[in-house]
Amino acid sequence: MEPFTIHRGIIGTLDRANVDTDQIIPKQFLKSIKRTGFGESLFFDWRYGADGKPDPAFELNDPAFAGASVLVTRNNFGCGSSREHAVWAIAQYGFRAIIAPRVERDQVRVPAFADIFANNCVKNGVLTVELSEAEVEEIFQMVRRFKGLQATVHLLEQRVTLHVDEEVSFHFDIDPVVKDHLARGLDDIALTLESEEAITQFETSHNEQMPA
Amino acid sequence: MATKTLFDKIWDRHVVKVMPDGTTLLYIDRHLVHEVTSPQAFEGLRLTKRGVRRPDLSFATMDHNVPTTTEDRMVIRDPISAAQVEALKQNCKDFGITLYGLDSVHQGIVHIIGPEMGITLPGLTMVCGDSHTSTHGAFGTLAFGIGTSEVEHVLATQTLRQQKPKTFKVDFTGQLKPGVTSKDMVLKLIGIIGTAGGTGYVIEYAGEAVRALSMEARMTICNMSIEGGARAGMIAPDATTYEYIAASDRPFAPKGEAFDRAVEFWKTLPSDPDATFDRVLEIKAGDIAPQVTWGTSPGMVTDVTARVPDPGSVPGYSRRDVEQALAYMGLTPGTPMTDIPLDTIFIGSCTNARIEDLRRVAKLVKGRRKADHVRVIVVPGSQQVRKQAEAEGIDRIFNDMGAEWRHSGCSMCLGMNPDQLKPGERCASTSNRNFEGRQGKGGRTHLVSPEMAAAAAIEGRFVDIRHWS
Repeated sequence: MEPFTIHRGIIGTLDRANVDTDQIIPKQFLKSIKRTGFGESLFFDWRYGADGKPDPAFELNDPAFAGASVLVTRNNFGCGSSREHAVWAIAQYGFRAIIAPRVERDQVRVPAFADIFANNCVKNGVLTVELSEAEVEEIFQMVRRFKGLQATVHLLEQRVTLHVDEEVSFHFDIDPVVKDHLARGLDDIALTLESEEAITQFETSHNEQMPA
Repeated sequence: MATKTLFDKIWDRHVVKVMPDGTTLLYIDRHLVHEVTSPQAFEGLRLTKRGVRRPDLSFATMDHNVPTTTEDRMVIRDPISAAQVEALKQNCKDFGITLYGLDSVHQGIVHIIGPEMGITLPGLTMVCGDSHTSTHGAFGTLAFGIGTSEVEHVLATQTLRQQKPKTFKVDFTGQLKPGVTSKDMVLKLIGIIGTAGGTGYVIEYAGEAVRALSMEARMTICNMSIEGGARAGMIAPDATTYEYIAASDRPFAPKGEAFDRAVEFWKTLPSDPDATFDRVLEIKAGDIAPQVTWGTSPGMVTDVTARVPDPGSVPGYSRRDVEQALAYMGLTPGTPMTDIPLDTIFIGSCTNARIEDLRRVAKLVKGRRKADHVRVIVVPGSQQVRKQAEAEGIDRIFNDMGAEWRHSGCSMCLGMNPDQLKPGERCASTSNRNFEGRQGKGGRTHLVSPEMAAAAAIEGRFVDIRHWS
């Protein structure tokens, strides 16, 4: 997996909450048995009109977002199905980082990204950045003013910087395990297989229908 | 000794080791495999020349792509679907994994056949490349959905690297009113906490109303945990659980003395009385009315007696979220839910396609005809459910009402197969997701219980099942 340390690119926005994985990659594209070729189908039902041509009304089809590699969106992105195809589509379209807000609701903090989706992102070298609602709103407003605005996402320093005249930066928190994993581009299976002896040992004593 | 929750007890006895980075290497007892999320995992194994560590602990079937009509079922016409189904066959053969294919009497939706065959048991860890794996938590099993990279990880190592989730107890106190089901309980919960409210948690469903539920009704609640953002939902095993597992036709369940020993162990699993949870929520079961979704997110749900809401009046959703949803759904604020006309009724899916679901529907529709303008599709969750229903004459009740009686598969729950809504069609569905385009591009989904779907099939619109006869 390609390590993620620092990335600079154009911001593309998708101003919707609860974007589910059925929207990110509709079902008809899950029939592929390959791991490639999903980028063209990202957000398919929103992105293309009935004639198969890009729908100009869809936000990410704005020419100013051409080549965007940092996606800024709203809360609970990636909810729904566990399909990793959603992350493959996002990565193959060219996005390397996704920024979305956590929200506070009834004194409960609702994470920015759905659980399985965020996990799948880590496995594919896509960084999910969680900011506050106000910070994400500020980015949306900046992008509305400066179409084609670029951002630098600095994983090691846990910072997102917007490249406007006076630089605007936001700090973000990240699970140190996820950070390390992305920064080093680790192969999970190879790492786990280093513990193969422990797994074998566990299996000899683990009786699944009896207390140990 | 520290008190523990059901979740803690299962987690603790599956820890292979705690890794230097603080993650846990968790042992996986059962792995279910289907055709959509596994091909790239097997490809990964081949590329890295790795094998499957424990082929005896993985079980495969094909469900998502499968046509459900008798004439189309055995020869899949869509060449891409056929190739995916064929790939699963080849992968299972090459890696020595048991497959319940289209020619098997045990084929069915992966989350229906696991419990049915006794593969799902209390106290186990269980995963599948499918978010509705939470279903199996109904047995007091720690079961959750994973992506394809993790499918490959489980195949290669029989473990997963996991961060310990938080715990969330949802206490359904008191008793349900007649006509109200476990589907309504879970839809009500999602309406309260929102579709992301459970993110990062494992939910334990408890309380008098949960204890009173059958196993199949418990599976419906746990199934939709993911719709509330929680990766897993669990219910402590009890006599209802043991009785279900003891049924004679579950080939993988322990028998005789082994069963008795297992029950002794299962009795130790429920959360200790004073165990603490990271979050607790109480819902009065008696206050729950039949639920109907009106939008494009499972949290966009209301009582059948209510009206389509005004944008700006829905907690947890912005005005724009609601406006977008209502525009897609073709609904006007203020419309009574019972005035919404329907074109299609879908009874099926891993949420509500077990034999009890079909029995309850059959009881309500027996001797009646569907409304003229609706199409009714009934899709049993497995070939075993189909066989059982036919033995009981339930298929004839459906045929007599004018419904289509199908073979098992995911069918119109996600429309990866020929069963799809056309643009603009409106469906009362016993499935789990009302996302845009979920049942077919432009299709409009209202999630309901099987009982509500049954009444809607007869009336051609939603009715309050509590006052319908």
